Amino acid sequence: MKYQVDERGYYGNFGGAFIPEMLYHNVEELRYNYLKIIEDPDFKKEFNQLLKDYVGRPSPLYKAPRLSDRYQTNVYLKREDLNHTGAHKVNNTLGQILVAKRLGKNKIIAETGAGQHGVATATVCALMGMECIVYMGAIDIERQKPNVERMKLLGAKVVPAMSGSQTLKDATNEAMRHWIGNPTDTHYIIGSVVGPHPYPDMVARFQAVISKEMRFQLQEQTGSELPDHIIACVGGGSNAMGAFYHYLDEESVNLIGAEAAGLGIHSGESAATTVLGKSGVLHGSKTMLMQTPDGQVIEPYSISAGLDYPGIGPVHAHLCETKRATFYPITDEEAMKAGMLLCKLEGIIPAIESAHALAVLDKIKFKASDVVVINLSGRGDKDLATYIKYNKKNLQ
Amino acid sequence: MNKLDNRITRLFNKKDQRILSIFCTAGFPGLNDLKTVLESLEKNGVDMVEIGIPFSDPVADGETIQESNKVALDNGMTLELLFEQLADIRKTVSIPLLLMGYLNPVMQYGVERFCKKAASVGIDGFIIPDLPIVEYAESYKSIMDVHQLSNILLVSPQTSEERIRFIDEQTDGFIYMVSSNSITGKSSGVSDQQVAYFERMKALSLGNPGIIGFGISDRTTFDTACASASGAIIGSAFIRAIKNSENLEQDIQQFIETIIPKN
Ligand SMILES: Cc1ncc(COP(=O)(O)O)c(C=O)c1O
Repeated sequence: MKYQVDERGYYGNFGGAFIPEMLYHNVEELRYNYLKIIEDPDFKKEFNQLLKDYVGRPSPLYKAPRLSDRYQTNVYLKREDLNHTGAHKVNNTLGQILVAKRLGKNKIIAETGAGQHGVATATVCALMGMECIVYMGAIDIERQKPNVERMKLLGAKVVPAMSGSQTLKDATNEAMRHWIGNPTDTHYIIGSVVGPHPYPDMVARFQAVISKEMRFQLQEQTGSELPDHIIACVGGGSNAMGAFYHYLDEESVNLIGAEAAGLGIHSGESAATTVLGKSGVLHGSKTMLMQTPDGQVIEPYSISAGLDYPGIGPVHAHLCETKRATFYPITDEEAMKAGMLLCKLEGIIPAIESAHALAVLDKIKFKASDVVVINLSGRGDKDLATYIKYNKKNLQ
Repeated sequence: MNKLDNRITRLFNKKDQRILSIFCTAGFPGLNDLKTVLESLEKNGVDMVEIGIPFSDPVADGETIQESNKVALDNGMTLELLFEQLADIRKTVSIPLLLMGYLNPVMQYGVERFCKKAASVGIDGFIIPDLPIVEYAESYKSIMDVHQLSNILLVSPQTSEERIRFIDEQTDGFIYMVSSNSITGKSSGVSDQQVAYFERMKALSLGNPGIIGFGISDRTTFDTACASASGAIIGSAFIRAIKNSENLEQDIQQFIETIIPKN
């Protein structure tokens, strides 16, 4: 239990609910009700049914033969990329919209960076017939056009965040401002294990289906529920938390997070929070945060918009501080190479976020007998333009 | 009964209506304008000032104050510099001064160091919207009390009576009544619903006086607020008034005269 949230909403030194009084009512309503709702048999039944029939779960656990051969170990891919909407994000949005429904809310807001969480939110809003507003940085709207169009097709209103640096953190600020102004009929679907308590715990519980499935799939395929290593990329940390969740107390399982190092840790263009961050408060929780000595939040950089966030979820700050998990910084270049390799060896185009997790294979020498699970958090359709650009550059 | 003795508690012991408080952002419009702004506000009859510490991510603020934060940061404003600018402020300004800002810059500066420094330059209290009451009670209150600093807490129309009474017990100075569920600088005018909320607050007969903030922008809204509370805070409208100012003293005088006309 030492890696679970405590009754104060903390993971060790990190977490809490650092919110203005104007949000207290909203967050308290959620905190008071969320466990009752998600542990209710009716809720579980509806959620599990939709995960199966709508999302397409369980997602396969696939032993990648040629990748395993290449790295002289046993590499298994947890195929979250095969979910409806193309990433793990939908596990969370589906869970949260069912919570929202039970809280009597009929409007949904969300923030999005790359647009994956926005698409997953717009999708479940269409499914449930709820109004949907997605805040997205004006710069991200420019660079992620296809996802903006997808959200619109699904009936969502996409509102540009014009403040600050006009990216994910500013979209999150705008969503919070919207929520302050609409406290009674609106639920805010946060897209990762970030934000004030109870969000990190609630999102982790919805993503935990990933490691729940892994346990029985590994048992079936390897004869043991326990792998030696689990690797996942960390933006806010929701897919990683989902992949780690049912292994947190299995200390023999090595938990590995891949962070975006952008152009290099010391290039000034990076998002490697565990290396560059310090304890601070942003978006409602105390966590590791990239900031100036004066406490101003630094705008991060990564080639993958989904990892382009200046913080990590408080649970990951705790896993890092207690050394329960190890975090590796992966540069743009390393991620792109690993992504291309998966295309060639396995016929799978990964999201560039997920390619960061694949790149860890080059960082650690695994034993021939090791079982290594990589959480393939999403597919690369949204990243085609980036892959094409990368290939062109490398041919020159 | 006040537990703290500072310029805020002394002000409210002397005057309990039509308190005019102004919010300004440190380092805005110009990096070194703060002293002039504070002196002009006092000279024109303002009772109290909240000095905003600029932050990169001001979640509870609307566009006007966000923009002023950005300008101030681009100008080079830091907490360190703010304390330098305030070093001699008590030689010329005697009204209560509060620092208002988000928690992260304060945390990085160090809570103890922050309180000590603030008290030494003559600050009377803080408004830190994202500092939750539990955290305040656990790790901040004892330090602030030692330095006679008021921690001003907010209530909103959603705040329950039980919680309002709890907040009233925890704070000493005044209660910041957020006028509606909104961020700063949003509403125009005061609705019947808001007046009902102000009256509901008044009927609670709290230990601390209430000051209304968010959406107070002119004489009419100020007067409405003063009919139900001890006073009001004007922020965004003031920021707008000095945004492109070429003569701060004159523009500040003109703005304040529109709120509290000289007879
Ligand atoms: C495919 C994919 N993986 C990972 C992430 C990062 O988020 P998290 O760290 O919460 O899993 C994103 C975010 O957009 C994503 O789209």
